Amino acid sequence: MTGGREVRTFPQLIDTEAEAGRRARILMKGNEAIAEAAIQAGCDAYFGYPITPQAELLEWMARRMLELGRVFVQAESELGAINMALGAAATGARVMVSSSSPGISLMAEAMSYMAASGTPMVLVNVMRAGPGLGGIGPSQSDYFQATKGHGHGDYHVPVLAPASIGEAIELMATAFELAERYRTPAMLVADGILGQAMEPVELRFRTPERHTFDWALTGASGRPARIVNSIDLQPELLERRNLALQQKYRDIARHEVRWEAWQLEDAEFAIIAYGTAARVARTAIARAREKGIKVGLFRPITLWPFPERELARLSRHLHGILTVELSSGQMVEDVRLAVEGRCPVAFHGRMGGMVPTPDEVLGALKALRAKVARTRAAESLDDRDGHGDLTRGRERNGRGADAGMHVAARHGGRR
Amino acid sequence: MTLHTPGPEFSAAAPRLIYRKPDVLIDRSTHYCPGCGHGIVHRLLAEVMTELDLPAHTIAVAPVGCAVFAYDYLDVDFVEAPHGRAPAVATGIRRVRPEAFVLTYQGDGDLAAIGTAEIVHAAARGERITAIFVNNGIYGMTGGQMAPTTLLGQKTTSSPTGRDAKLMGFPIRITEMLAQLPGVTYAARGTVADVPGIGKLKAMIKRACQVQISGGGFAIVEALSNCPVGWGMTPQESLEHLKGPVVEAYPLGVMVDRGAAGSAGSASVGAVGRTDSARQSEA
Repeated sequence: MTGGREVRTFPQLIDTEAEAGRRARILMKGNEAIAEAAIQAGCDAYFGYPITPQAELLEWMARRMLELGRVFVQAESELGAINMALGAAATGARVMVSSSSPGISLMAEAMSYMAASGTPMVLVNVMRAGPGLGGIGPSQSDYFQATKGHGHGDYHVPVLAPASIGEAIELMATAFELAERYRTPAMLVADGILGQAMEPVELRFRTPERHTFDWALTGASGRPARIVNSIDLQPELLERRNLALQQKYRDIARHEVRWEAWQLEDAEFAIIAYGTAARVARTAIARAREKGIKVGLFRPITLWPFPERELARLSRHLHGILTVELSSGQMVEDVRLAVEGRCPVAFHGRMGGMVPTPDEVLGALKALRAKVARTRAAESLDDRDGHGDLTRGRERNGRGADAGMHVAARHGGRR
Repeated sequence: MTLHTPGPEFSAAAPRLIYRKPDVLIDRSTHYCPGCGHGIVHRLLAEVMTELDLPAHTIAVAPVGCAVFAYDYLDVDFVEAPHGRAPAVATGIRRVRPEAFVLTYQGDGDLAAIGTAEIVHAAARGERITAIFVNNGIYGMTGGQMAPTTLLGQKTTSSPTGRDAKLMGFPIRITEMLAQLPGVTYAARGTVADVPGIGKLKAMIKRACQVQISGGGFAIVEALSNCPVGWGMTPQESLEHLKGPVVEAYPLGVMVDRGAAGSAGSASVGAVGRTDSARQSEA
């Protein structure tokens, strides 16, 4: 070594894995695993711009895509990168871009155009702490940006949130499938920890099937010319385009919700968390169970569409919910909308690149449990005095009646 | 196909066809204002594309601005770019479809203001694309505001007392700037102001297309055009203005032709990275 970093090339890793047998697990950094998963999923073209904490993803693509004779361009900006992706995707190529939070803000404009014109593309956001230039620590503070729209107009994109590097590998293939099936940009959100950490992973790559697109721009040879656009100056036509988009979003919400339920069979409390926060929550749940607290984890895997029906059903059987995020509390708004006051919803989060410890989460859980116990004691006094709140009373009765259809007993799933 | 030569099917007695509308130009009246030069540039592009047999291979990029509906008039595959981003969009197309003829069409607000980063870097990379740049010195579509190309002293809706260099800076000669870059194979400026100018402009557009076909790098043609409505002039007055102060501020001619015989060739990256999958997705 004469200075510089040691670069392990992927074929060497594959050889090692082959020697050790098919079930071998190798140590991979999240950013590199995501990049290789995209390559194995058949990504034709990657466009990027350097930003921490996802630079290794761009570097992996720089080396591997050219090795494979595919397209890699380091653009002049995130604006350049996403618009190159727009052009390439409009021809029917399988296209990916990646960035981190401030870069995603710059990409928002083109995301809106691509959602409107029905152009498939996969965008990876390895989230860092904001707002502004913020810092490079892990964060989940782009939940609103990812799920409520990056750019202007009425649109959504499917958002996948892996909690491990192995899951990120699987979800990259899923992201391309969703993008092409629904003609939409699709997003995968990780945080700085998932991007930077190394974990043993099984190399279970998947290549989604290729389709012929009747909208792709290939040159109007022997067919009428095609147009990929998003402008309709006539309100009647633009409303029609919007109605079609909303129908698409209803279809996605009906068929593509993904979540995981863990230790919820007998749970009185649930922690709702995704990504890295869900891993912290698991440790906290294990410690809570040692102390006799019946708590489980409900982990949204699709942040949009949000598993609201599943969460609503689950909430009927719970005494309380604790939402844990690496943010000031963004997903918790969707949790409260889904729960509709059926049980108390508390929040614990850290910001600025800080990560809550399992003991912090356990403390927040104990505080929630104590509050619920106080409220219940007060309510039972009220009931005895004949001044009970009728709404709450009905809800409690309903809880008993629903006990037979305890949806959370399923270990997650897809609707 | 050659448009100006009558075919053998014409007898001496029959009328001789000496000029007709190229098929790629859609038979439809345009949304452009009376006297606007965009229609002339569209027509020249249609003629050149037809002469070079390009329409069936073309993937074009429409801008945001007056030419946003270019696909309503040119019968080729089109993608709409966000404001200013056409050169980046064209880069993406070029990289996954090396066999395509890739064309961008932008105005001066699009190319010389909001899209300066994209045009400079597409040119710096030597992307094998042909860029048509229509410069009428004003934001026409939004109602005649000042553009970076607006002449000093020119009154617009956002420079109501005239463009003052102290407050609003100087006009930009984008094509001269781009001509400095080694990735640029061809850069030229013509005008739609009069018939001889239109003839020269067509030759420039043809050369910029041929550069791409022959594997050269980035090629750009700036077409000085008029905006009678935005300039507050009659079409005739606007053409006189174009021939006078506008051409004085933006000199006509070929700034660079690195693809010409005897000159050093420029780098082209356009042939890199053709993917089989892109070919598979052809319908």
